[in-house]
Amino acid sequence: MADIQPQSAPDPGAPPGGNGWREEYWKKNLRLMVVLLSIWFVVSFVCGILLIEQLNTIVVAGFPLGLWFAQQGSIYTFIILILVYTLRMDRLDDEYGVAERDDEGRRL
Amino acid sequence: MSQIQGWTLLFVGLSFAVYLYIAWRSRVKETKGFYVAGQGIPAVANGAAVAADWMSAASFISMAGLIAFLGSDGSVYLMGWTGGYVLLALLLAPYLRKWGKFTVPEFVGDRYSEYVRLIAAVAAIIVSFTYVVGQMRGGGIVFSRFLNLSIEGGVAVAAVVIFLYAVLGGMKGITWTQVAQYTVMIVAYLIPAWTIAQKMTGFPVPQVTFGQILGELDALSEKFGLSAYTEAFAARPQLDVFLVTMSLMIGTAGLPHVIIRFYTTKSVRGARFSAFWALVFIGLLYTTAPAVGAFTKLNLMSSVDGVAVASLPAWVGNWAATGLVTVSDTASTISTLSNDPESGADLIVNNDILVLATPEIAGLPAPIVGLVAAGGLAAAMSTAAGLLLVISSSVSHDLYFRVVKKKASESQRLLVGRIAMGLAVVVAIYGGINPPAYVAQVVAFAFGLAASTFFPILVLGIFWKRANAVGAASGMIAGLVFTASYMIWTLDVFFTQAHEFVWGISPEGIGAIGALVNVLVTVVVSKLTSPPSEHVQEMVEEIRYPARRVTAPVPDAE
Repeated sequence: MADIQPQSAPDPGAPPGGNGWREEYWKKNLRLMVVLLSIWFVVSFVCGILLIEQLNTIVVAGFPLGLWFAQQGSIYTFIILILVYTLRMDRLDDEYGVAERDDEGRRL
Repeated sequence: MSQIQGWTLLFVGLSFAVYLYIAWRSRVKETKGFYVAGQGIPAVANGAAVAADWMSAASFISMAGLIAFLGSDGSVYLMGWTGGYVLLALLLAPYLRKWGKFTVPEFVGDRYSEYVRLIAAVAAIIVSFTYVVGQMRGGGIVFSRFLNLSIEGGVAVAAVVIFLYAVLGGMKGITWTQVAQYTVMIVAYLIPAWTIAQKMTGFPVPQVTFGQILGELDALSEKFGLSAYTEAFAARPQLDVFLVTMSLMIGTAGLPHVIIRFYTTKSVRGARFSAFWALVFIGLLYTTAPAVGAFTKLNLMSSVDGVAVASLPAWVGNWAATGLVTVSDTASTISTLSNDPESGADLIVNNDILVLATPEIAGLPAPIVGLVAAGGLAAAMSTAAGLLLVISSSVSHDLYFRVVKKKASESQRLLVGRIAMGLAVVVAIYGGINPPAYVAQVVAFAFGLAASTFFPILVLGIFWKRANAVGAASGMIAGLVFTASYMIWTLDVFFTQAHEFVWGISPEGIGAIGALVNVLVTVVVSKLTSPPSEHVQEMVEEIRYPARRVTAPVPDAE
C-alpha cells in the first residue's frame, strides 16, 4: 500500500502508518485535475475562441473547424473529460482504500 | 379549436397528469426528504434530474433562436453552459457531497462562519428569484400562443401546477418529476430536429448534417442584410466572447439550485457519476440546438425570401397574434429580416419563438407542434421547481431557523419551508407578469451574481485551508459590488441610465472579472488575518477523501 512517511501526529481514526497516504492521494487527484482542466481550456477557449478564425480556414464536412469546436467538439470533449475523471477517481479511491462501500463491500 | 390546439391540450394535459401523479406518490413527511430527497437517488436518475433542473425555458425556448441570430458568437451559450459542468464535476460536486448537508449556504456557514452564511443565503435567494421570474415568463409565452390564454393567465396556471407538486413532494417529488420532465423535453426537442434534418439533408442526425447547409445559410443571411452565420466575432468582440463564455461557465458551477442536486446522491462516487450523466443528457440537447438554429433560420429565410406581404406563410400570421413576429407596414415584399425591433427591417422575428415555431415553419404535422409545447412547459416548470426549493430552503433553513427560531420541530420546519415556497410563487407570478427588465438581462444578473459570489469562495474553501471567514466575506462582497455596479452602469435596469461598455465588455461577461476580484480579495484578506481554527482545517481535510480508509486487515479503530 501507499503508506510512505509516518507523520508525528497520526489521525486516531486512521490505520497505522500515519497520513502520508493522504498527501499522496491528494497530489494524484490534483495532478489529474490539472491535466483535465488544461484540456478543457485548450478545446474551448483556445480552439473555440482564440484561434477560431485560423481554424475556420479548414473546412470538414461543411463545418469550418473553429466553428465546429465551438458548437460541437468542445461539448463532446467536456463529456469525455468528466467520464475520464470519474473512472480515474474510482481507481484512485480503490488504490488508497477510501471508496465508499456498504456492509457487504459493494460500491455505493 | 384548431388541430394544433387540440394536440397541445392533449400532450400538455397528459404530461401534467404524470407530473402530479409522481409528486403524489413520492410526497414526503420529513425535512431530509424535502431538501435532499433522503440522499438515495441513483446517479443516472439524478443526472436526468440535474439536466431538467438546469435546462430552463431559456435553453429550450430561446437558445436555438439566439444562436440563429448571433451565428458563430452564439457559441458562448453552448460552451459556457456545458463547460461549467467540468468545473462542477472536478472542483465542487464530490467535495460538497462528502460534507453533505441541505443547502449551499450551510456549507459556507460551517466552513467559514455564521455571518458569511447569512450573506450566502441572501445571495442564493436573489440569484434564484431573478432566475425564476424568467421561467414564469417562458411558461406564459407557451400558454398564450397554444392555449389562447393571456400571458398573465398562462403564468398563473403554470405557477399553480408548480406550486402543487413542489410543496407536496419537496426534493424527492421534484427529482422524480424532473426525470419525467427531462424525457418529455428531450423527446419534444429531438423529434422535430430529426425530422427537419431528414427533410433537408436526407440524414436524420442534425449534429452531423447541419454543416451541409452552412454555405447556403451564409449566402442567404448576407442577402437579408445580416452577417454571415459562420463569421466569428460579428456580434461581439473577441475579448467579450472570451469573458462571457468564462462567466457562464463559472456562473453555472456556482448556481445553488444546480449544486444542491449533487447532495441528493447516495455517495461521493454517485455525485461524480451524476455530473457525467447530467452532461450527457444536457449535451444531447445542446449539440442539437445549433443545428436547429441553423436549419430553422434557413427555412425561415427561404420561406419569406422575396414573398409579397399578402401571401406570407401561415405561421407568420399565427405568431403575429402574440406580438412576437412583426411585418413592417411599409414593405410590399420581404427583403430584410432582423430580431431587433429597432432595426426597421421588413420582418422582425423574436428569438424566443424559433424553437416553438420550428415545426410550423418546417410544415411538420400538428401533433409535433403540440409535443414541442409540452416540452417547453416541462423545461420551464422543472427549473422553476428547483429554484423554488432553493428559495424555500434558504428562507426556512438558513434564515428563519438561524435568526428567528433556533429550536424548531421537524413539522414546523417543513411548514415554514412550504409557506416560504408559497410566498415565493406569489412574488414569481408578479415578476413573470411584470418582468423588471428583458429576461436575458435578468438572467445575466443571476449568472454574474453566482459567478462573482459563490464559486470562488466554494473552490477556495475546498482547496485552500488557509481561506478564512473575514476573507470570504470581503471577497463575496467585493465580487458582488463590483459586478452589480458594472451591470447597473451598462444596463437600463432599476431606472438607471445605460452607459457605454468599457473595452467592449458586456454585462454578461463581467462576472468572470467579478470572480477574479473575489478570489484576489479573499486571498489577500485571508493572508492578512489569522488562519481558520484547527477544527475547520480538519473538516477541509476530511472532505477530500470519500470514505474512511480501509486497509486489509481492517483495524477496528472506530
